[in-house]
This record gives sequence, structure tokens and C-alpha cells, in this order.
Amino acid sequence: MTRSSPLFAGYAAEPGRYHEPFGADGTVRPHWRALVAELERASAAQMRQRREFVARQIRENGVTYNVYDDANGTERPWDLDLLPNLIDAAEWETLAAGVAQRAALLDAVLADLYGPQRLLRDGSLPADLVFGQRDFVWACRGVAPPGGTFLHVYAVDLARAPDGRWWVLADRTQAPSGAGYALENRHIVSHAFAEAFRALKARPLDGFFGALQTLLQRLAPAGTEAPLGVLLTPGRYNETYFEHVYLARALGVPLVEGQDLIVRGATVFLKTLGGLQRVHAILRRVDSDFCDPLELRGDSALGVPGLLEAVRAGRVAVANALGSGVLETPGLLGFLPRICERLRGEPLALPTVATWWCGEPPACAEALANLARLVVKPAFPSRRFEPVFAPALGRAGLAELGARIRRQPQAYVAQELIDLSHAPVWRGGAAGRLAARAIGLRLYAVAGERGYVVMPGGLTRVAARSDARVVSMQAGGGSKDTWVLGDGRSAAGEAQRRALGVRDVVRTDAFLPSRLIENLFWFGRYSERCDDVTRLLRIVLARYVGGGPGAPALAGALEVCRAFELTPPKRALKPALLAAVGGGAAGGLRDTLARLFGAAAQVRGRLSQENWRGIVELQRAAQALAERPPPDLGDALDVLDGLLMSVSALSGFAFDDMTRDEGWRFLVIGRRLERLQFLADVVAVALRGLAAGRRDEAATLDWVLELADSVITYRMRYLSAPQLIPALDLVVLDAANPHAVLFQIRELARELGAVGGGADVAAMRALDERVGACDLAALEPSLLGDAGRRDAIAGLADRLAEVAAAARAASDRLSARHFAHVDDVTRPTVSA
Amino acid sequence: MTRAVRYRVRHATHYAYQGVVSRSQQLLHLAPRAHPRQRCLDHELAIEPAPSRRSDRIDGFGNPVSVLEFERAHRTLAIVSSIHVELRPRARPVDEASSPPWEDVAARYAYRAARALDDADFDAIGFRFESPFVGVDPRFADYARECFGARTPLLAAAQALMEKIHREFTYEPGATQIATPLAEVLATRRGVCQDYAHFMLACLRALGLPARYVSGYLRTRPPPGRPRLVGADASHAWVAVYCPANGWVDFDPTNRVRPELEHVTLAWGRDFGDVSPQRGVILGSGTHALTVDVSVTPEPDAH
Repeated sequence: MTRSSPLFAGYAAEPGRYHEPFGADGTVRPHWRALVAELERASAAQMRQRREFVARQIRENGVTYNVYDDANGTERPWDLDLLPNLIDAAEWETLAAGVAQRAALLDAVLADLYGPQRLLRDGSLPADLVFGQRDFVWACRGVAPPGGTFLHVYAVDLARAPDGRWWVLADRTQAPSGAGYALENRHIVSHAFAEAFRALKARPLDGFFGALQTLLQRLAPAGTEAPLGVLLTPGRYNETYFEHVYLARALGVPLVEGQDLIVRGATVFLKTLGGLQRVHAILRRVDSDFCDPLELRGDSALGVPGLLEAVRAGRVAVANALGSGVLETPGLLGFLPRICERLRGEPLALPTVATWWCGEPPACAEALANLARLVVKPAFPSRRFEPVFAPALGRAGLAELGARIRRQPQAYVAQELIDLSHAPVWRGGAAGRLAARAIGLRLYAVAGERGYVVMPGGLTRVAARSDARVVSMQAGGGSKDTWVLGDGRSAAGEAQRRALGVRDVVRTDAFLPSRLIENLFWFGRYSERCDDVTRLLRIVLARYVGGGPGAPALAGALEVCRAFELTPPKRALKPALLAAVGGGAAGGLRDTLARLFGAAAQVRGRLSQENWRGIVELQRAAQALAERPPPDLGDALDVLDGLLMSVSALSGFAFDDMTRDEGWRFLVIGRRLERLQFLADVVAVALRGLAAGRRDEAATLDWVLELADSVITYRMRYLSAPQLIPALDLVVLDAANPHAVLFQIRELARELGAVGGGADVAAMRALDERVGACDLAALEPSLLGDAGRRDAIAGLADRLAEVAAAARAASDRLSARHFAHVDDVTRPTVSA
Repeated sequence: MTRAVRYRVRHATHYAYQGVVSRSQQLLHLAPRAHPRQRCLDHELAIEPAPSRRSDRIDGFGNPVSVLEFERAHRTLAIVSSIHVELRPRARPVDEASSPPWEDVAARYAYRAARALDDADFDAIGFRFESPFVGVDPRFADYARECFGARTPLLAAAQALMEKIHREFTYEPGATQIATPLAEVLATRRGVCQDYAHFMLACLRALGLPARYVSGYLRTRPPPGRPRLVGADASHAWVAVYCPANGWVDFDPTNRVRPELEHVTLAWGRDFGDVSPQRGVILGSGTHALTVDVSVTPEPDAH
């Protein structure tokens, strides 16, 4: 088997590089043979299916990666190549041992830097690279973390040089990202190549996550309490937010933001619906200096004020320890081999790419002498600048770079460039279905009780272009699943998960953050509001398109639009209607859609993938509305029809797809309160119009029934044009109609009772009685004459207005009682 | 020979919040730290409302610090720190000329592989680098260059730098008393004592010299016949330079003086952020109004 296979026809095998799938002589390496054979065997259709499978999984699972400088600020689908990268068993043993050793070494270096600082006193390490860095947290000097572990999760970036060895490019010690993506990649690609995956006995990844779970539990200073760990995320705008959601699920811990936690008496608590719950361990994805606005960066809104006090008191385990990011400077790389000898009495196993910290005059001289073939990076990660590739510079550029370095040598690190190895990516198409791309490998280790456990696999990162010198996700690169092939032994050493018995069964989530509850409530309200607003606009537009400005029903429905400030007051009707659909006014359709998306994004972890997809579609629709406002009313109607379908789907998810826990209850309460308020307000406005004799009765009832989604029921029951008494019975009094006022009141009484809202239940019961006491008989024409009938209609309108007011009051009470008050802002103060 | 001087310091901070503050945490650097020429006789904090919790400890730079937590809703916060402190003059005046050439001091702290540092040098080296409020940049070295001629004794050069800054900068109390970005200070050459101190630190550190930020107070009324010092109504800040021959030597660029018996030291660190007299995080809505009042009075019998 050689690369003469037609598969490789498009794979430009650059000489002088290492090629993952085949050797210099063109023969396919033994550990790649099964996969290459599989690819040769597969039909074009099969491969297309596999590729579509991967694309669909990414889309449906909502795997995304946020790119900071993306103009839209939107999420980008994760870029995953169909083909896995393969590492053979023997090579893996060496690699894994090297990664474990390096993790243990870096942990020991951290223990020294935040402890006795011998490495700095004896000149093993330059003080510049430690004290000169923002990531060194002075406040953590002398703080011993639980179990003495500083580095809980470690990642290392490796590149394979033409000599076939993996070389270390960088250490990730702050809050390494990508392990969750690696797991997701595995789930997708192992399914796409199920047979090959089994045949090659690729090693499973779950053990790594099990070990991380075990670690958090072991280090949590919980005493006799059951330890509670949380994953602290900077929030949904972070580039790897998908991974935070995914990891929190995989680890079975709540995903929290800084505002969900408080510190009281040097103890960390999670604000939950049921009160404060002590937190014992925090897996942080927030950089150290953002973690505590009281002591560290005061401008950080991501942290937990007082966290350092809790850490100092040993009352919480933070992983990685605060200040661990100090080791990420590339300046350290050159010092580690000697430190390894000194601290561990053994040579550093993994070779490191030659690196010179220019703050040391002999190293600086050497770097300057060889500058033309090096890459230059910042020694202090806080001084961000993009790496400068000297070979790409002209003579003048090179001289300028040299001058920059000489002016402030300690700020620069020069590093040898490696010709990255190439691996095949799947391109499809008939001839040459594989193309060559540069790759890098990120491997992960987690602290175990006996040394570090290395994830047998990792994240293979793929360069965006074939001639790229680096691989970077931010620069648009992709990824591959990484298979470590089995060596015949079963997966020994995998952490065993504790078997769960009947006593472990959990039916409620005791650790639901209050913020989540609040956002679920608003998610419910905004879903319903979108539904209501869309329906209302659709009614108005359809009447206008169908009957022109003089259509009998139009005036009444428009009155409602104005009452809800959906249409601008002083404009000609047609542009006003177009603005109501496509305009961005506060409280308008687009604004409501945006708020819906905002709330949904906050509760994304609680939504099923299908549900989330529906929401992403709605967001797209809202974006399209902003970018291309419908030019005429016909188009606007089409847009509203489409929206109504998507919004209705949300209601299906809310009622059928979600577990009926407390969070769900708040979502439903939000929906019911919104519907109650809207319906009561609308019917009140409509009735006032009738009472004043301004409106045509049949036309009004027609749109009221449509707005309450009750047209079909009415027709089935009465087989006639809408009349006042049966129509009002259906939309107000019929407790079996899910769109009726009374139905909302009764449902609310039940759900509010379930979340402990005694006073609210009483209020709803009183409302039930008031509404139930409405006597529609007073509306019969014969009884009191025309004037009496009008008074009765007006009376009913008043009563419905009372109902709407009661719904508002219930919402306010609920928020005062349960919510985290996300509008109350945490602010820093400082006084000299 | 001057005798010891005793001062009574009163530092009152009052926050009036626009809305209700439901939770507040405060970190105070208000207790005077002891050093060879300063002894704290007494320190008291009066806090209104009473905090739900208070804990006192020593921070990463050796300064005393208090952490307060307030869990009851409040609209104002008043903290009055009362200090009784004794200052003594140096046993021997510092002789600038005797200090080593500044290049030797910079070279002494530049990294050399496997060269060990003694405790004093190691203590100094932590203050040689950039810090959140003091970005180190060659432009600051350029500014200072004329004061740091070849083989100039360190302290003479630092004295010249202090004089240059004092001469070329305008003291301008701003709307806030909190530090301005240094690039802006360099461009406008205006600021308050924190800015003067940060700027001088940036110059010294850019030259590779260890220098730290000192937070404290100035005597409010000058002794008869002496001018009133600038910044005496508020808390003050100056710098200290490390000289291997003389230890830490203070310089006050705002007043162009070498602090001796009229500067009460509170705390030191890399910059303002490490030793802000009072920083906090509050939970609530709206803004706040802050008033600060400082008085430093010598005890009558101390002259």
C-alpha cells in the first residue's frame, strides 16, 4: 500500500516534511493501513453520507466556536474534518509518559513560585518571567491549595518535526480549552467510521473526564458534606462557551457565572432557588486576574468578589489554582530542562522547540544572530502581539524587528520554526479526495492520585491553508478527532465510575442557579410575547392587504397595536405597518426576538439540541429581518407566517420536551403570565371599542378569536359567524381552552403553588372567582336594551383590565421573591 | 539632631449611594505598617453601619489589611481610621554620593543564569518590573535618561529625576483621585500624587531599577516658616528606590522632597492597585458620591 493510491492524487506530499499517513518512500505506515483501505473501499456516496453526517451532527448538536473579531459576533460552526488523526500504541506510550512528566514538573514549579521561590532565589528562573507577568498573582503567595495540587488540568501543544518526533511548542496551564471539543469530535467521528473505530481499538476518552470528576471530589474541602463542584464560565460570549456547556454536562456539575456565586465569611455559595448552597470546588474557565474584583482586576465583571479570601482560608478548591497561568509564557521553555533535572533528578522527556528569552544577554545575542529563521513572540502574554515570522520579513523588516528586540529585550522570546507535519484532510470530489494540511496536537492531562492521567487522544488542530505555518482556531483553523490505537491490552487504568443505585436517584436539581431560574422565566415570557406579537401583526397586515385601509376589523386591531406601541403613532399606515414588522423599536417584534434569544442563550444548557436549533433559526430570522426589511406588506406577511411556525414550535418544546422540574415550572409560569396579561389586555381594548359603539362586532370578534388561536374551535362549536356571548365564553371563561383567560389563571394557580407561592396562589384563586362570576347573560340584547348592554360590555372590559393588572403584580412578586436581580449590578468602588 | 515626632491621623471616607446597596465587601489598607523609622502606637477603625464580618490579615507585601463584609441594606458607608504613630529620623543621613553608580545597581538585578540572590536583593527584585498601573516602556527610560548619566550615583540620579518631574509636571487635582494611564501622564505632564509616583516608578523600572509605591499621609500644616505640602488634605503617595548601600530610600516627586519626618507610611506595593486605601465591590443600582477627609496633626510636645 503506497501513496500512489488514487486517494492521494490531490495530496501534495511536500518533501522534507513528516507525513502522518506515509513514510518518505511513499508506503503507508502500518497504523494507517486499515483506515486507508477503508477509504479506498468506500464508495463516493458512502463518503458523502459520512461527511454529511459530520456536518449535521455539528449543526444539530450546536457545536460552535466564537471568533472574537467576527464582525457579526456570531457563533461559527465548529470545523471538524471527517478523517481522524492516528497515533500508534508504541509511540503513544512515550508521548503520554512525557506529558505526564511535564505536567508533574510544572505543578512542582507552581508550588515553588507560590511557596518558597527557591527557583527564583537560586537563579534557575529569571524573576522577570515571573514577577514581570500579570499572571503571577502576588496575593496567592504562601497559599497552599487543597491537596497541594496547583495544576489540575494541563494541556500541551506539540508539533511533529521532520525527524518524526513530537516537540513541545507551548504549555497551557491557565484554563486549558479543547478537551470538551475533543470528546465531541470523538462522538461524531467514531460514529462516522464505526467499523474502523472498532477494528483499530481506538482508546476511549471517558476515563479522562472520570478522572477529572474524581479529582474535583477528592480535593473539595467538603468535610462530611457531599462536595459540590461548579464550572465557572465567563459567559456565552467566550470563544469556547459551547465547550463549557458541554463539559458541565459531561462532568455533571452546574455551569455558573461569577454572578451566581457569592462569598460570605470566606466561604463560596451558589445562589439557587432553594437558597445558598455551599460550593467546594470550582473548575474555572475564567483567567485568574478576572476571578476576584475585590482583590484582583477591579474592572472584572466575570469574577466572584472575595474568592481569594475563600481560597486563602482553604474553604474552596479552585482548579487550576489561581495564578497558574504564569507558566504560559514561552520564555520559560528554555529553562525547563535544567529545572527538571534540579527538581526531579531526571531529564525532561519531551523535547522542546529551541527557544530564547532575550532578557538574558547571551541568549539574546544568539537569537539576534539567527533571527532570520525564527519566530518572535511576546515574553509577557499580557502584552499581546501576534507572533512575528522573521522569514516572511524583508531585510528592512528584519532590521526593524532586531531593533525592537534590542530596545526592550526582556519582552521578547525567539523560537525555532518547525516545519509542521502534514496529515490528510477529506476534500471529497472524484480525483484526489485527500489534501495535505499542517497539523498540531494538543494533549491533555489531569492530576490523579498517582501521577497525571493523560487523555488517550486529544485535539488535532488543522491549519486553515496548506502553506500555513501555525495552526490556530482563532485564525480559522479546523480540527480532527485523534485516535490512539489499541495495543491489544484492554483499556487498563481507566477510572471506574461508581455504579449508581436507587439511593442515588435524583429527581430534582437542587443546584439550579437563581439566575437560570430568572432567565427561564423570561425565556417563557418572551417566547409567548413573540407568539402574541407575531399573531397580532399578522392579523393587522392580513386585514389591510385583504380589505384596504377601510377594512372593518382593521381599526380595532390597530388600536391594540397602538396600545402595545407596536406601530409608530404618527405615520402613514403602510410605512407604520412595515416598521412594526422590520423596525428595531424597543418592545417591537425584532426587539422581542432579540430578548428571547438573549434569555435562551443564558439557559442553553437546559434546552435540548433540537430546541436550541429552533432558537438559532429564530435568531437567523431576526437577523434577516434587520438586514433585509420586507419591502412590501405581502412579503411582511410571509415573514410573519414563517415566524409563527418557528415560535409555535418553541411552545411544543416547552410543553413536551423539557423535564418538569422547578426550572421548567418557572418557564411555564412565564408563558402563562404573559399570555394572561396579553389576552386580558387585548380583550379589554376590543370590548371598550364595542362598548363605545366604535367597532363592528362581528369583525372585532373575528380577529379576537384569531388572536386567541380559537377560530377552529369556535367554528366547530357554533358553525356560524362569531357572536359576542359564545366568543367571549370561549376566550375568557372556557377553562378547557388553553388560550382562554380562565385557563391561564387555573394553570398559574397550580404551578405557583408548586414553587411555593402561597400568596400568589391565593391571588389567582381570587381572580378565578372574579372572572368566573362574570355573567355573560347581561350581554343578551333583549334584556337591558342597547345602553344596558354597552354598560355590561364596559364592565367586562374593566374586569379584564383588572386581570391584566393582577398578572403584572404576580410577576413583580415572583421576581422579588425568587430572582437574582440581574439588573442589580456589582460595581467596584475605590477611594484614595 | 531632630527628635522623634508623633502624629495623630484621621482619615474619614464617606460613601453616599444613590440606591440601596444590598451587599458590600471592602478591602482596607488603612493601618500604618511598621518600619525601622515608624512605630504604630495605636490604630482604630470606626465603621458605620457595623460590618457583618471583619477579618484582619497581612497581605502579599507585608501590609496589614482588613476585609469587611456588609450584608444588610444600607445607603451610606462611613469609615473613620484614627492613627497614632511615631516617626524617627534616620540615624545617619543618606549620602547620595556614596551610593553605587546606577548602572551597577541595574546590572546587579539583571538576570544571570544560576546566580543566587540574598534575601535583601530578592526582596527588592520583585519591584523591578511592570505592574498593572505601571507599564514599563522604553519611552520612560528616554525621559529619565538625562538624569542618569554614566556612572551617576543611583541616589543622585533619582534625586535629579524627582526634581525633573517636579519641574516639568503640573499638579492638577482631577475629578477623581485615582490614577490616570501613564501614556496620558507622559503626554499631558499633569496629574495628582498617584500619577507622579507611578510615572517616576515607570522611569526607574524602565532603567532596570527596583522601586516601589508608598501610600501614606502628609503633615497637614507645615512647621512655622515652611511651605504647606501639596496633597496634604488627602491620602498621599510617593516612591522608594532600593539602594544596595542604603536600603529603601523615599522620594516624593509631588513635593520634591525626601520624606523624613512629615510623611506617615501606610503601606507599600508595586503600585496604587496593591495598596489602595479602600477598594470595594458593592451590589446595588445607581452611582455614589464619595467624600474623603484627611488630617495629620503633630502632637504639640513632639518638637
